[in-house]
Amino acid sequence: MLRDKFKRPAAAEAENSSQKEMGNVRETWSEPLPQVPDGMFRKCGSCKKILYEKDVRDSWYSCPKCGAYFRVDPLTRIRMTADVHSFEEWDAGLCGGNPLDFPEYEEKLEQLRAKTGLADAVLTGKAAIRGIPVALGAMSPDFLMGSMGWAVGERLTRMVERAEQEKLPVVLYCCSGGARMQEGIVSLMQMAKVSQALKRYSESGGFYISVLTDPTFGGVTASFAMLGDVILAEPGAMIGFAGARVIRQTIGQKLPDGFQSAEFLQRHGFVDRIVKREKMRATLEFLLRSSGQ
Amino acid sequence: MQLNEKETASQGLTAWDRVQAARSMTRLVSGDYINTVFDRFLELHGDRLYGDDRAVIGGIAQIGKRYVTVIGEQKGRSTKENKLRNFGMPNPEGYRKALRLMKQAEKFGRPILLFVDTPGAFCGVEAEERGQGEAIARNLFELAGLTVPVLSIIVGEGGSGGALALAVANEVWMLENSVYSILAPEGFAAILWKNGKRAAEAAEVMKLTAGELKELGVIDKVLEEDADCSQKEKMRAEIIDFLERYDKKTGEEIREERYQKFRSM
Repeated sequence: MLRDKFKRPAAAEAENSSQKEMGNVRETWSEPLPQVPDGMFRKCGSCKKILYEKDVRDSWYSCPKCGAYFRVDPLTRIRMTADVHSFEEWDAGLCGGNPLDFPEYEEKLEQLRAKTGLADAVLTGKAAIRGIPVALGAMSPDFLMGSMGWAVGERLTRMVERAEQEKLPVVLYCCSGGARMQEGIVSLMQMAKVSQALKRYSESGGFYISVLTDPTFGGVTASFAMLGDVILAEPGAMIGFAGARVIRQTIGQKLPDGFQSAEFLQRHGFVDRIVKREKMRATLEFLLRSSGQ
Repeated sequence: MQLNEKETASQGLTAWDRVQAARSMTRLVSGDYINTVFDRFLELHGDRLYGDDRAVIGGIAQIGKRYVTVIGEQKGRSTKENKLRNFGMPNPEGYRKALRLMKQAEKFGRPILLFVDTPGAFCGVEAEERGQGEAIARNLFELAGLTVPVLSIIVGEGGSGGALALAVANEVWMLENSVYSILAPEGFAAILWKNGKRAAEAAEVMKLTAGELKELGVIDKVLEEDADCSQKEKMRAEIIDFLERYDKKTGEEIREERYQKFRSM
């Protein structure tokens, strides 16, 4: 099902070839993009301007007016990162249960699956980045804010374990509000499960790049997001352990300007480098090649 | 029989009653156990990077003939002491001190005993600046690799990642009126029901009591509590039993068992 989404529609192909003459923006996308019907708009959450969907897409899902990034779903993320048609999903359809028997949780999951086409909040698989094979994961901001329950923890663990077996580097786009509250303590245990898999992977010589995107918080920050051999971040991404609102409420402290932005984390020594979307593939390629991949 | 009476009294407690018992100012804290369960305790300070977090106490202890490394999240028993101990909420340097002492324990072959009692890792500007998330993540990562036995006992509140950073252990035990959860019930209710006042109701659905967590397979043992605090004596015997059981295992076995325990969750 998922792989069909990567098939290039004939119309998109035609559009893609004409695009080449117009400049190199579209060419640098690794996958052809799905067509956007004319007349679709979206509003920039940052500068509030109304934008053409096509313009947004052509500028790497950023606002052409102010440059702010839009959050992107895992499929788009993979299209932006992986070589054309190189992505092969792992553990497709892996779903979790309802360990707390939390009311209406299963119904909510069903609705989200129908809406997003994802089984849960992360997509993992094998792909190539400029010819280099990698295990690639991307989390979904649209699936309960990328929160980590059993399915997310299990998929990530399996990805890391399989990457170890197949001697692949791991590239993971983090995007999460943190733990999946509806799964309670089971969600907390996923932090330990994924982290210990990364420990083994690291000891086996594996190379793990985590890319922090907006937002990365809570239990995800306090586990795999911060465990990369190299930690990259997108400009302006909000990254932290506790949310700003929680900090303000609990201690009544005024928060400094730019608090918890990617730039703030880099300044404090927790991010190696901030990388723009159009430079991401080249940066990943360089890091992978320089680490013997 | 005395045991039955106690069981009945305990059975009457709701999850919310236990949350309140776990938070009670009169409850024994990590330091009380450390000072009575062990024959000697020598405290060691500091993370060698930034400072010494008083919300975490750690050092080397003797129990019978054995030496162990002991680390605990420490709440205060008075307002003054709570100020010093930051109500048992560690900053990043607390987790980094714990990690330093755990690596030291591994180097010298000492088993590690962890006492968990925290509402959660501290939420503040400085904690974020110094990498609270990184500090917890690093503990989870490094705990997974330790080749010495690790036992974690939740004696009061086991709050979220701040507790987990000291609970990736070969065995995790809980005192019967302690709690262990993803978030405080108030926060859980605020996030899922937009109403922090429904905390008591949240506590009932969260499966945060020792009995429920044992049933779920998240913890390994429930330690009974007694009105006269004699659980300290029983705890000593249980700890010695744990150490004897792990004496026979190799470092690789100890590590592998810990991995499989969390892999199945």
